[in-house]
Amino acid sequence: MLSLEHITNAVHQWLYGNLSEGWALFAEFVIIGVLAISLFSILGLVLIMMERKVSAYMQVRIGPNRVGKKGMLQTVADTLKLIVKEGLTPDGADKFLFNLAPFVVMVVAMVILAPIAFAKGFQIWDVNIGVLFVTAVSSVSVIGILMAGWASNNKYSLLGAMRSGAQIVSYELSAGLSILCIVVLTGSLRITDIIAAQENGWWLFKGHIPVIIAFVIFLIAVTAETNRAPFDLAEAESELTAGFHTEYSGMKFALFFLAEYVNVFIVCAIGATLFLGGWMPLHIGHWQGFNHVMDYIPSSVWFLGKTFFLIFVIMWFRWTFPRLRIDQLLNLEWKYLLPISMINLLLVTVIAIAGWHF
Amino acid sequence: MFLKQYISDVYQGVKSLLRGMRRTGYYFTHHKEIITQEYPDNRDTLVLAERFRGEVVMPHDENNEHACTGCTACELACPNATIKIVTRFDVTPEGKKKKAIDTFVYHLELCTMCNLCVEACPTSAIKMAPTFEHSVTDRSKLIKKLNRPGSKIREGVE
Amino acid sequence: MQQMIEELATTAQGDMVINVGPQHPSTHGVLHLLITLNGETIKNVEPHLGYIHRSIEKMCESLSYRQFIYVTSRMDYLSSHINNHGCALCVEKAMQIEVPARAQVIRVLMDELTRLASHQLWWGALAMDVGALTPFFHAFREREMINDIMEETCGARLTMNYMVPGGVMFDLHPNFQKQVKAFITHFKGRFAEYDELVTGNIIFQNRMKGVGYLSKEDALSYGCSGPVARASGVSCDIRKWYPYEVYPQVQFTEVMETEGDCFARYMVRMKEMAQSLSIIEQLIDHIPEGEFQAKTKAVLKLPKGEFYSRIETARGDFGVYIVSEGGTTPYRIKFRSPGFSNLSALNHMAKGQKIGDLVAIMGTLDLVIPDIDR
Repeated sequence: MLSLEHITNAVHQWLYGNLSEGWALFAEFVIIGVLAISLFSILGLVLIMMERKVSAYMQVRIGPNRVGKKGMLQTVADTLKLIVKEGLTPDGADKFLFNLAPFVVMVVAMVILAPIAFAKGFQIWDVNIGVLFVTAVSSVSVIGILMAGWASNNKYSLLGAMRSGAQIVSYELSAGLSILCIVVLTGSLRITDIIAAQENGWWLFKGHIPVIIAFVIFLIAVTAETNRAPFDLAEAESELTAGFHTEYSGMKFALFFLAEYVNVFIVCAIGATLFLGGWMPLHIGHWQGFNHVMDYIPSSVWFLGKTFFLIFVIMWFRWTFPRLRIDQLLNLEWKYLLPISMINLLLVTVIAIAGWHF
Repeated sequence: MFLKQYISDVYQGVKSLLRGMRRTGYYFTHHKEIITQEYPDNRDTLVLAERFRGEVVMPHDENNEHACTGCTACELACPNATIKIVTRFDVTPEGKKKKAIDTFVYHLELCTMCNLCVEACPTSAIKMAPTFEHSVTDRSKLIKKLNRPGSKIREGVE
Repeated sequence: MQQMIEELATTAQGDMVINVGPQHPSTHGVLHLLITLNGETIKNVEPHLGYIHRSIEKMCESLSYRQFIYVTSRMDYLSSHINNHGCALCVEKAMQIEVPARAQVIRVLMDELTRLASHQLWWGALAMDVGALTPFFHAFREREMINDIMEETCGARLTMNYMVPGGVMFDLHPNFQKQVKAFITHFKGRFAEYDELVTGNIIFQNRMKGVGYLSKEDALSYGCSGPVARASGVSCDIRKWYPYEVYPQVQFTEVMETEGDCFARYMVRMKEMAQSLSIIEQLIDHIPEGEFQAKTKAVLKLPKGEFYSRIETARGDFGVYIVSEGGTTPYRIKFRSPGFSNLSALNHMAKGQKIGDLVAIMGTLDLVIPDIDR
């Protein structure tokens, strides 16, 4: 069976066989860079299309259906439009920071890709502190947003950026705590180990109710962390017009827009890896026959299926709920999510020590 | 007691959110509920209400005759000076002078489709037509002449 | 220049001043609010008007009594029927025209349909203001049915100009009763969804409850009317207090709440929709036969004097004041629009609240800017 693992190994061996070590490493960097950028552009096109279709169906509409077959090329046309549009830098803006901000947000999104396992053995960097790396780097994106808000010299942007800062800093706590639940259960921070530990069942099913609670809290917290509705206070179009990216236009705006969707993809990929077993097919205990049948589905399909399911759930949130107010948002975190996830972490630790999980 | 209240708050809140999600989920899966009309594609089947007020027209019969006597009642009734009637005097075969319209000028760009002119017309010479695709590339194209060239007033209409 | 901008941008206390509007998604038009902020907290809201001022009152002075009615559709475009109705009432009152029974019932039916359509749009727009986009489309689905009914009978969808002094312009379309009944059955089924999607939602309730409090005394002193005043416990329904047309004969209750917050205003309008539906249900099978328009002269001349009539629009008390010198055109016309007085309470309600609350308060005030500006 054609496996991505074989391809990567073959390429790796061919490069190291034909080139000196330094050049081979460089060539691998280039390949990864090209792959990451192309993944980003494809993700942007697919996810924006998906969002528009999901929202359309929930709003009893058809959605884009003119460009291409069933409107599938709509996002391509939109991207073209954004590329040719003038990227305006407002007078009085801090030009350097203003132009830097979208790239900071984008690069952060790119860096988090590193430890994610897209399929069996298809991973950029299997670092031993993978989960820690992800949580650490993802908090850098708030700098990009603050930078954009500050440098725009626009009061709406500033308000949006400050809201975003307060929001991301607080929601990182409960996201981190719910991630810790899985780390406690697995006993490792390495993504490969976490996936391997779910060979006989995903953590969501193995870890009793505490892990389900952790999963729900994780979903809520990452929705807030990626600034998606109902936590899109940084944008809040009815209050702050467009929040931190009010002044951005053209391709710089597109980068923010793209980064939002890529961030959604990444947090959903992490959620799928931690709670739903990443690329691991659905295995149930010792049912050899069933597990064997499930193995026939390629691991990348499993990974993408789980990720896109979570993305759909996050979109479902967005098109159903009203937005929270800033104080309610912080209330929810500090009065509800954080205490619950702390107690939950204790319970999970007890389960892990006593070995009560399956 | 506090804890009980806290848990019940969380439960009620989550329940209300899930109820909303069930509703949007229902619409996501039931595409029959979609209400979008794909406008330029459904032009052939698009039926507007017969009373729909899209523009003022002057119906002509097969003999190229209309019912307008040129009494300017519509011109007076119009709040926006949309209608301008230019009259002339025709000489009937008996040698009598008779007032008739030369040009019935209708400014579509000024019209608010209030129907007052149609109400005011004593001979029902004008009516509202259910057309709505009025976009043109030049403003001057919106100034219309409603009586057709060579048309004359129908016999018996006074 | 730079210094001037900075002076304008901050007050002496160092608070931030933000211009919300005239182009802003949640001001529903071209309202301009100058808000003074301390962080997220609002210290002062100063509405600036005039961006859509068309001097309708002055314009009416040069129009005849038949013509000026159509202009009032352009004021409160969401309840244009009721505006037209108010003007027609005033002319009829001055000329002592007896409106036929059939026309009266048709007028009330149309008024209530317009009220329903207006409240539906408000419901969708309010949900959109607090961040939920989906209800907007669901509200428009129902509103579309009303628009279709209007289109069939009145010939237009938004600015109908269906009311004329002495009755209505045309008779009802033969399909009218069937269509309205179909709408009632459809809407009753969907009304429960409104609760599922928005009313019961915990986030929405938290956004609404205890926000933008307006006491009964303040509501009275600011001259609020309509659902805004009724949510504060002021009984002010013109349909009950100064009944016109066939309202004395139909059964309906004046919806009142006493909390005076955004949620109370929300509930008043939601319950009003049910009341409007019940009025329509009572009347739809009992439309009397007869004339739809009283016989009037081609040129209307009001006797010399001053005339005032009031009517309950979807937003509140709409008054028409005509000063006549006995000619064919009014000497002076003044409209008392409900939105203007309701807007004046905004600063009082929004003080000390968050920016998000300001949007919610504006949503529950149900502002229509052309109505405020005229």
